[in-house]
Amino acid sequence: MRVVLAEDSVLLRAGLTKLLNDGGFEVVAAVPDAQQLLTAVDEHRPDVAVIDVRMPPTHTDEGIRAALVIRRQHPSIAVCVLSQYAEERYATDLLSLGTSGVGYLLKDRVAHVSDFLDALRRIAAGGTALDPEVVAQLLVRRTENPMQRLTARERAVLQLMAEGRSNTGVTEVLDVSHSAVEKYVTNIFAKLDLPPTDTDHRRVLAVLKYLGT
Amino acid sequence: MKAGLRLFGPLMAPRTWRTTFHAVAAMLLGVTTGLVIWLVVVAWWGALLSLIEGPTGHPLLPVLYLGVVAFGPLVLLPFVRFFSALQRERFRALLGVVIAGPRHDPGTGRHRLLRPWTATSTWRQFAYHLLAPLVCGAGGALVLLCWAALPLTALWEHQASGAGHAGWFGGAGALLLAAPWAAHGFAATDTAMARRMLGPGRAERLAERVASLAQSRADLVEAADTERRRIERDLHDGVQQRLVSLALNLGMARAAFTDESPEILEVLAAAHDDATAALTELRDFVRGLHPAVLDDRGLDAALSGIAARAPLPVELRVALAPRCSPSTEAIAYFAVSEALANVAKHAQASRAEVVAERIGDRLVVTVIDNGRGGAAIDSIGTGLRGLQQRAAAVDGNLTVVSPSGGPTTVTLAIPCA
Repeated sequence: MRVVLAEDSVLLRAGLTKLLNDGGFEVVAAVPDAQQLLTAVDEHRPDVAVIDVRMPPTHTDEGIRAALVIRRQHPSIAVCVLSQYAEERYATDLLSLGTSGVGYLLKDRVAHVSDFLDALRRIAAGGTALDPEVVAQLLVRRTENPMQRLTARERAVLQLMAEGRSNTGVTEVLDVSHSAVEKYVTNIFAKLDLPPTDTDHRRVLAVLKYLGT
Repeated sequence: MKAGLRLFGPLMAPRTWRTTFHAVAAMLLGVTTGLVIWLVVVAWWGALLSLIEGPTGHPLLPVLYLGVVAFGPLVLLPFVRFFSALQRERFRALLGVVIAGPRHDPGTGRHRLLRPWTATSTWRQFAYHLLAPLVCGAGGALVLLCWAALPLTALWEHQASGAGHAGWFGGAGALLLAAPWAAHGFAATDTAMARRMLGPGRAERLAERVASLAQSRADLVEAADTERRRIERDLHDGVQQRLVSLALNLGMARAAFTDESPEILEVLAAAHDDATAALTELRDFVRGLHPAVLDDRGLDAALSGIAARAPLPVELRVALAPRCSPSTEAIAYFAVSEALANVAKHAQASRAEVVAERIGDRLVVTVIDNGRGGAAIDSIGTGLRGLQQRAAAVDGNLTVVSPSGGPTTVTLAIPCA
C-alpha cells in the first residue's frame, strides 16, 4: 500500500517513514508541510495519507484542513491524521465529509507499532479509526446525555466500536464472551432506535449517532 | 580667607546665577502672561457688568458684550493652557524641575468646549496666571534690587555727594550678600506654587496612577499568557516530538527483536512503557498549560478535553458567541480545569456539570457537582485561592457556594474584553 506522509519534525518524519516501510507500506513521499502534501497527493495518488495536524506556517490545524481538501478532491484516498492532542473539534471536522477511510489518532499511538499499523490498514481499507480519547470527548459533547440510556458496559462496547473494532476485537479487549458482546451490541442498536435492516451499517450508524455527524 | 569665601562664595556659585536668571525670567514671563490673562478677565467682567446694568450707546454694543461674555472663557482656555506650558517649560529649562501637565479630559460633543472649566486643574492654572504678575513680579524685582543695590547707591551718592554714605553703603552691601538667598528663596517659592497650581491635582494623579496600574496589570496577565503559549509551543516542537520518536524506536525494536533473551526483552519492554507513560504525562501537563485548540477553536472546543478526562461524567454546556478575548478564555479554561480536578479529588461526587455562557459583557462559568460539599476558597490544596487571584487580576470574581452535604457550585465571572 502506498503512503504519502506529512510531518514537520524531521526526526519523526524519518522514524515514521522507517516504521511504515518496515510495516509493509510504501512511503512514496514524505513532506514537511500541507502545501507540499497536497502536491504530493496529486502527483502520487497514494492509498492513504498520514498527516500531522500542526504544521507550518501557523502551527494550528493545517493538517485537518489539508485532510479535508484531500477528501474532497480524492474521495478514494484514505486519510489518517496524527495529533499530539486529542481534540474532538478536529475529529468532528474530519468526519464531516463521511466516516469511511478516516482516522484520527494520538501521535503516541505510533509507539505501539502493530496496533498503529493495524489501524492504518483498517483506514486504508475504508474503515474508521478514532482514538479512544477523541471518542470520550465526543461522548461528552452530546447534548442529550446518552449515558442515561446506555449502561456503563454498553458504553464501553460502543466506545470500542467507535474506535473501529469488530465484535472479536471488543471480545478481546473487554475479556468477555462473543455472545455477550453480541448481546451488548444488539442492546445498543435497540436503545439507539436502529432497526435491524442492514446489519453491516448499523455499527456505523450507531457510532455516528453518538458522534453527531 | 575661609570666612571671606563663605561670605562671598555664594555670589559666584552657578546655582545663584541660575536662580537669579530664573527670577528675572519669571518676572518677565509672569508679568506678560498675567497681563494678557487679566486683560481677558477684565474685558469679560466689564462686558458682563455692562450687560447686567443695561448697555447704553450704540445699539450693537449689547451684541458685542454678549459675544465677549459667551466666548471669553473659550478664548481664555487656550491662553491658559499655552501659558501653563510655557511656564512649565521655564521650570524645566532653567531649574531642571519637571512639572507634569494635568491630563485633559477631552469630553464629547458640546461638552468639549466648556468641559475643561469643570476641572479644578484648569481653575488652578488660571489662578496661577492671575497671581504670577504679583508674585513673580515682586519676587523678581526683589532679587534684582538686591543685586543692583550697591551700584545704585554709588550712582545716587555720586550725584548727591551728601553725608551718611557709610549707612547707605552698609545696607546696600548687606542686600548684595543676601542676593543669593533671595534668589534661592524665590525659586523655591515659585517652584512650590507652580507644582501645586500648574501640575495635576491629587485626584488627577490618583486617576492617572489607577489607569497606569490597570494597564500594567493587564499587560502582566497578557505576558503570562503569552509565556505559557510559548512554553507549550516549545514543548510541542521539542521534547514531545523527541519523546514520540524515542517511543517509536523502542516500539519498533520491541517488535523486531522478539527472539532475544527474556532479560533484554524485559528491559526493552520497560523502556518502551516508560517512554509512552512519559509521553502521556507530558501531554496531560502541556494540555493543562495552554491547549493550542483554545486559541484555534475557542473555549468551547478546549473544554471537551478536560471534561472527557475527568474521572466522572461531566455534562458540558457552552454558549459563547461572540468569543471572548484569549486571556479571558484562558482564565476560564484554567478555572474549569482546576474546579474539575477539585471535584475529582475532594468532592466524592458522581457527576458534575459545567456551564459557560456569555452574560452581557461577562463570561460566566459555573461548575456544579453533586458531592459532599464543605469546600471553601481557603481550603488547602484546592487552588481556589489562586483562581480567585487570577480572576481578580482582570476585574473578575470567583465565588464558591458549598454547604455541608453539597452540592458545590463554583462560579467565575470575568469581563469578556
